[in-house]
Parts: sequence; C-alpha cells; structure tokens
Amino acid sequence: MSTILSIEGLRKTFSQGFIPRRKEILKGISFAVSEGEIFGYLGPNGAGKTTTIKCVLGLIFPDAGRIELCGRPHLDPRSKEKVGFLPENPYFYDHLTAREFLDFYGQLFGLAPAVRRERIRALLKLVDMERAADLSLRKYSRGMLQRVGLAQALINEPSLVVLDEPLGGLDPIGRKEVRDIILRMRDEGRTVVLSSHILQDIEMICDRVAILVGGLILSQGRLADLISEKILFTEIVLSGVGREELAALGEPLSALAGRTLLKVYDEARIPTVLDLVRDRKGSIHSLLSRTQTLEDLFVGMVKPQ
Amino acid sequence: MTIKVIAVNTFKEAVRDRILYLLLFFAAAAILLSRVLAMLTVGDRMKIVKDVRLASISVFGALMAILIGTGLVYKEIEKRTIFTLISKPIRRYEFLLGKYFGLILTLAVMMASMGLIFLGLVLVETGVFEGRLLLALVYVFLELLLITAVAILFSCFSTPILSSLFSLGFYLIGHFSWSLEALAKKVQPGLGRTLLAVLSAVLPDLENFNIRTEVVHALPLPAAHLAYAAAYGILYTAFVLALAVLIFRRRDFV
Repeated sequence: MSTILSIEGLRKTFSQGFIPRRKEILKGISFAVSEGEIFGYLGPNGAGKTTTIKCVLGLIFPDAGRIELCGRPHLDPRSKEKVGFLPENPYFYDHLTAREFLDFYGQLFGLAPAVRRERIRALLKLVDMERAADLSLRKYSRGMLQRVGLAQALINEPSLVVLDEPLGGLDPIGRKEVRDIILRMRDEGRTVVLSSHILQDIEMICDRVAILVGGLILSQGRLADLISEKILFTEIVLSGVGREELAALGEPLSALAGRTLLKVYDEARIPTVLDLVRDRKGSIHSLLSRTQTLEDLFVGMVKPQ
Repeated sequence: MTIKVIAVNTFKEAVRDRILYLLLFFAAAAILLSRVLAMLTVGDRMKIVKDVRLASISVFGALMAILIGTGLVYKEIEKRTIFTLISKPIRRYEFLLGKYFGLILTLAVMMASMGLIFLGLVLVETGVFEGRLLLALVYVFLELLLITAVAILFSCFSTPILSSLFSLGFYLIGHFSWSLEALAKKVQPGLGRTLLAVLSAVLPDLENFNIRTEVVHALPLPAAHLAYAAAYGILYTAFVLALAVLIFRRRDFV
C-alpha cells in the first residue's frame, strides 16, 4: 500500500505569555499513514495532537520537518484537493443553513452546481441530517454540528480524511453513528486519520495507532502488535467458598450478596479454583479473562512522563 | 473564482450584521435632519445642506467600513471557522481578498442606499438632478476602499476594539494631515521643517478624496486632481492590502 501522509522530524515551538516564553510542543515527530487504513493518533491533552494536525493542514507552520500529503508538499493547494478535515469542536458560519454551508464548501472546490446538489443530498443522508437541512446552523446542537462537519469534510470526495476528536462531546448513540460513518469511509477506500482520547472507540475502529506524549511519539504500529494477547488476569465470580480459602489462589475482592469476585493472576490456578468450588458445592457465576487493552498500554506510557 | 465565493459569503454575513442597519438609520436621519441644521446658518442654505449630507455619508460610510471590517478576519480566527477554510485548497491571500471584496460589495450597497436617499431628496427640494454630486459620492467610495483595507490590515493581528481604534486614528489623521504641510511652510527651514515634511509625506492624506466643497459650490474640478486622487487611493489601497497579505501569509492559527 502506498503512503498517503508522511511526516518526518516535525518540530514546533510556541512563544507564550506577555513576556514570551518558548514552549516546545512537537519535539521531532515522524510517522506515515498508508492508503486505506484508519490511523488513530492518541495522546493525553496537551500532547500535541491538534498541533500536528494543524501543521499537516497548513494552519500552523512547523519550525522544522517535512510533511507530504498525497505525494506532494503539504502546502501545495493541489495536495489539499483530496483532503477532508473536521476540526475539534467545530464552529461554522451560523448564519447559513446546512445546505448553504455545504454548498459554500463545494464551491471552494470548484464543483459544478449539479454535482454539488447531488453530493449535498447524499451527504445529508449519510449523516442523517436531511430533516434539518434548511435550518440555520445557529439552531444546531453540538452533535448536529459534528455531523454537518463530517459532511463538510467529505464534500470533495477526499482520499484522506483528518478528524480531530470526532467523537468528543457526543452521546453514546452519536458516537456509535460517527464510528459507523468512519468505518464506511474506509470501506469506500478512504484513509482516515483521527485523534482522540476515547480509547475504546479507537480500539474498535483503528487499524494502526501512534501514541503521542509530551510532543514525542512513544509507540506506533498495528493495534494487534502493540497490545499483547497475553491474559493479564481472570475474574471469577463465585459463591459457596470462604474468602480465606480463596486467598491462597488469588485476590478475593468484593463479597456482595454472598458472591465473591476473585482475581486470579496465574492461569494455571484456574482449574484448582474450579475444583475447590465443586468440592464445596458452590457455584461459578461468571469467568472472564482480561487481556491487555489499549487503555492499559496508554496509561502505562503516559504515567511515567 | 475562490475569491468570489468567499466575497459572496462575506457579503451574506455582513448584511446580516445589525450594526450596519443602525448606522444606515443614523446616516438617513443625518441626511434628513441636515435641513434643520441649515436653518441655523447664514448663507446659501441648500449648499450647506448638501455639504452636511455628503459629510454624513462619508463619516457613516467610514464607520461601517471600520466597525465591520475590523471584526471580519478576527471573528474567523476567534470562532475557528478559518480552520476548515484554510484546510481547503485555497491560498491565504485569496481568503483575505475575498473578505475584502465581500465588505466592499456590502459598502457599495450601503453607499447606493445612502446616495439614493441623498440624491432623491436633493431632486425633490431643487427639482434638478446634479450629476456632480454623484462624482463626490464616487470619491467618498474611493476613500472607503482604502479605509476598509486598513481595517482588514489591523484585523489580521489585533482585536476588533484595538483595530477599530487604530483605524479610526488612521481616518482622523488622514483628514488632518494636510495641516502638517501648512505648518511645515510656516516653520523655519531646518530639522523641524524636514521632520514635518517627512511626516506629511508618510501619513495618509484622505483630504485628497474630499471634493465636496468644489462640487457643492460649483467650483472647477481639474481632471488632473481627480486622476491624482483616484491613483492615490488605488495605489495606497493596494499597498495596505499587500501588507495585510504579508502579515497573514505566515500567521499561525493556534
């Protein structure tokens, strides 16, 4: 697969305050995104995710480094013809209706009126905003703005879609819908780069991730390679066995309504626990193995910083 | 093409600004009430009425350019609407010029409204349509082209309040800088005179666009002066816009 976005040695320093103090936000970032994948860009607040995205889109000028978009230098307007972007907390011209707003962006890409009409119709359907199409954006809720923002990012049928915190501020249903739209983008052959700190969502949809902490990428790669398949521990909810007896096998935690939650770290001990429960005529209510999650990996990386 | 799309959108945005209509209302009120003012004066009342009305159009036009122009670019940055715009295949100068021409279009509509009220009233009062009054309005508009460029320039790096103050300062200095030239002639030759001469050359001279006295009092208007004023306005505007583009070109949108 060919590379659609490549970043090498990106650095950016900002001067802040009345008496300017220099703060290095990006300390030499390099990564590449291949065509057709969903790439998750993760990091805690202030790590430099948005700064990186703004550099890519030409909103901020990096101090050093090289960015290539669709095989061209990122500031070349031709490279932006195939890029869609949804900023964090999007604000749009609130005097326009959704239809006028999308039409305005369509015109910026030089699309013919008939093409614009057809795309706007399809996009409003995709983001389920047909009913509010002729309502002024001033009256939109945050979730509605996010959807129209997504439609705006797709008006030029981009090859690469960059989404900055696309799931922020949405309710669970809204998040699921946006996730589905992102997956559909990939199915249509688009590449998606998204930044987020909602790790479950990233875990569900991303093919590859990069973890950014304090302006440096600490880890990047395929999710399956980053997160080990090793079982961290097994949680067993059981009843009929005393806590004292269980303590030798694992970590008995809560005892609610006569049930005990036992955390077993050594896999080899699970058959022993099951035998013990059978001997005491007790019951097993549930048995769940926990493998490493993206969150474990993320917390493990962010904490030492 | 992109400039036109942004200009039309800016026009749609600007015409929804209430402050525009407030100023238009006051301008219309000033045009109508100038008759009352004329009653208190001695001389040819109609000439004074025309002069006051033209001055009102000039002042309110400048206020419109400053109060709307200084917010145009700043609002885009503050409300972050610029993020999605700049990420599209448009160049930054196209964005800035689109904003400029959008406001110019708005001001043209406003000038036409004020001009219609003014010319209509004069026609009713005197029964004569005076083409020269139209010429005075064209030069007021030329002045607005420059003031709008200045407002947009300040809007590229400063808040609307500060930009308004700076632009208002530019407007006032521009209308009084001719007195520096007069002062320079009265000062003894030397450092003071040179300084005054340099200052009067550097500072804008907006009185170039003021042909009201000549128009109202039917004085001759040399074509050379008209051509000079037009060239002065267009070149000065181009210079200020180029400066704005230069500042905007390397700005980070944090």
